Amino acid sequence: MIKVLYFAKLREDLGKASEELALPGGVTTVAGLRAHLMARGATWQSALEQGRALRVAVNHEMAEPGTPVHAGDEVAFFPPVTGG
Amino acid sequence: MPVRIQTEDFDIGREIAALRAANTKVGAVASFIGTVRDVNDGNAVATLTLEHYPGMTEKALEDIVAEARSRWRIIDATVIHRVGELKPLDQIVLVVVVGEHRGDAFAACEFLMDYLKTRAPFWKKEQTPEGSRWVDARGSDDIAAERWVKPKQDVA
Repeated sequence: MIKVLYFAKLREDLGKASEELALPGGVTTVAGLRAHLMARGATWQSALEQGRALRVAVNHEMAEPGTPVHAGDEVAFFPPVTGG
Repeated sequence: MPVRIQTEDFDIGREIAALRAANTKVGAVASFIGTVRDVNDGNAVATLTLEHYPGMTEKALEDIVAEARSRWRIIDATVIHRVGELKPLDQIVLVVVVGEHRGDAFAACEFLMDYLKTRAPFWKKEQTPEGSRWVDARGSDDIAAERWVKPKQDVA
């Protein structure tokens, strides 16, 4: 299982703050997980589409598309940060 | 190196006093406070709601402080960031750096803010008369943070 979190505008667009899911077969990286989620339908496709400013963290560390994802990981998707 | 995320306001005087407390090595105190403006991108802002990623936020801020410590000669730093609902005039963020000399304290303080703005997982949502909207990240913040990418040259 992995835990997936969504924040800020992404959370509102998807209507979901977090979920737990079995690591889908063949998904080994952040990019793979993103593609898997985008295949859920139009809302997910547009919220997570390539080119849209999106940041990803794996286990509380900023991640890249090639960052590995393993069972037990916490993966968060969110827009560029705007604190301070 | 205290890092705190809180809904309550903070008192810079108290935070500086705590950081300096009986440390006779401190010769410089540099600080920054970010506050809520009532206008952003041409819209009146009634309230501002700050969301964050509990767990990662604290880690990101601690990492940023550790990075500052590795680059400059500073003695200690405090970073406090408020979350929840804020209104114009409210304080949002505090950075205090204490060191032996002003140069490193100033630089570390500015670095901490620049990195916080691009690396710590906070998001602002503004409530305006036209409705609410998420604040867009600014390219100028990325440029400000990129200034620090080149490692500081160590002075022999």
